[in-house]
Amino acid sequence: MAEKKSTRIAYGEALAKLGAVDDKVLVCDADLAHATMTAFFADQYPDRFYNFGIAEGNMMTSSAALAQSGYTVFASTFAVFGAGRAFEQIRNAICYSKANVKIGCSHAGPSCGEDGGSHQAVEDIGLMRGLPNMTVLVPADAAEMEKAVFAAAKFQGPVYIRTGRLPTDICTDESTPFEIGKANVLRDGKDVAIIACGIMVPQAIIAADKLAEKGISARVIDMHTIKPLDVEAVKAAAKECGAVVTAEEHSIINGLGSAVAEVLADGMNAPFERVGIMDRFGQSGKPQKLFEAYGLTDKEIVEASERVIARKA
Amino acid sequence: MDQNLEQKARKIRLDVLKMLYECQSGHPGGSLSCVEILQALYENVMQYDAKNPKWQDRDRLVMSKGHACPTLYAFLADKGFFPREELWNLRQYGSFLQGHPDMNKCPGVDASTGSLGQGTSWALGYALAGKRQGKDGGREFKVYCITGDGESQEGMVWESAMAAAHYQLDNLTILFDHNGLQIDGTNDQVLARGDICKKYEAFGWEVIVVDGHDVNAITEALKKPSAGKPRFICCNTVKGKGVSFMENQVGWHGKPMNQEQYEAACRELEV
Repeated sequence: MAEKKSTRIAYGEALAKLGAVDDKVLVCDADLAHATMTAFFADQYPDRFYNFGIAEGNMMTSSAALAQSGYTVFASTFAVFGAGRAFEQIRNAICYSKANVKIGCSHAGPSCGEDGGSHQAVEDIGLMRGLPNMTVLVPADAAEMEKAVFAAAKFQGPVYIRTGRLPTDICTDESTPFEIGKANVLRDGKDVAIIACGIMVPQAIIAADKLAEKGISARVIDMHTIKPLDVEAVKAAAKECGAVVTAEEHSIINGLGSAVAEVLADGMNAPFERVGIMDRFGQSGKPQKLFEAYGLTDKEIVEASERVIARKA
Repeated sequence: MDQNLEQKARKIRLDVLKMLYECQSGHPGGSLSCVEILQALYENVMQYDAKNPKWQDRDRLVMSKGHACPTLYAFLADKGFFPREELWNLRQYGSFLQGHPDMNKCPGVDASTGSLGQGTSWALGYALAGKRQGKDGGREFKVYCITGDGESQEGMVWESAMAAAHYQLDNLTILFDHNGLQIDGTNDQVLARGDICKKYEAFGWEVIVVDGHDVNAITEALKKPSAGKPRFICCNTVKGKGVSFMENQVGWHGKPMNQEQYEAACRELEV
């Protein structure tokens, strides 16, 4: 995993590629085109790009109307201002009417670093997965992001796509499949299953390597779709590995860990732990420093894995 | 006023009252104040096809004050979008006539509204789409949005007002149902907005003021040639219009009628 690239860059590049093959694609932004990277699209297709200014609610509802007129609309801003500030517009205009709007939100989680807690969404996955009609994608890396954008464009209905600012490890490749709702087992294993999303997927791979050195065989699952969750992959992980750990750059409340817990609570008897942000806001700092301070590294995944294995009956 | 127009308005009001009486809920005051606004649109201005409600070239109507949808439903039934008998299922389980309009359930409804302040943004998005379609060689359809006056307290209304002027959307018209009342009192008591017309002018809109119960005046304002910018028509109306004991009464915003009140209201309109 030598190469690093941010998922926001991959998102912007994918939109520009999509624009070349589908003239029904429109892109909207709220004065953050050079941060969400929709600028890549805007530069090439200015007449299919709408800047709504710093007015996210208006952008989301207008995007619903554009989509209901026959267009595939990608609306982007930061996760805090999209999933958060414009939540009710996403609910009532986009999801309630089942509008074909893809909401691409960047700067999710502490990986956006120096901007601080006001800008680091720790709750967006939870907000979005609670909405009927919504699909929630959290791609693992830049390579997977491009596939996610094309899959979202092909899919009819609202999709939330979480992107990040920080260049992170690329852990999938061109041959890795991408199907909405279908988890990717990146590495098989039998002692513990690590189910991760977003930038925690490369961390899970590092953790699996370290566990292997200790003689522990860990399965690494890239759960790029939080909703609809791949329930069968979770059940198989619990049955075949007997212990489960989730890892996400998000609050341990309402995110991937909660979604997996909902499946496990439904009759699966496997020890389980969540690695994520412990119900608190972020703060300014270098991303790596924040990952350590908030428990978002391979170290926490290794420790949680050892604990759930020890709890096996 | 034209006798036929007045007869039609009475008929619509009677339908609205029956719908609301049958379901023992809903919003009589604001439904009665916008009858002539919808009448001007459906009788004189809008292009639509009741047999093909999703016709791509149709004009769009966004009922931003979604709680007044009984009046919209009454016109849609009158124009043949669905049978009139369906009206009496308003707000009932399984009915496509939801308490607030659902575009995926009800033929002829262009936007799912009810959350106040969102309709103007729906209309903005449709107006952008209309411009785009026109530029691509299709019909540049027109977009009409009926808003309540209390609704202008929502900040999002002003986000969309700014954007509509920025994008020079002269295919967009807001019809402002200015009855002066909202749930907790008069607009001025609840949150005074000042001169709405001056505000829209300052935002770069063309502003026209009309008697909101004069179908011909509303029609004339709607048909005026483009001034190259979005249009705001302030329709001065009376909440509860047509039923003497409901007119200008805050209490009739969202109150069900008992049998005696329903019969009294019908008697006034059947004259």
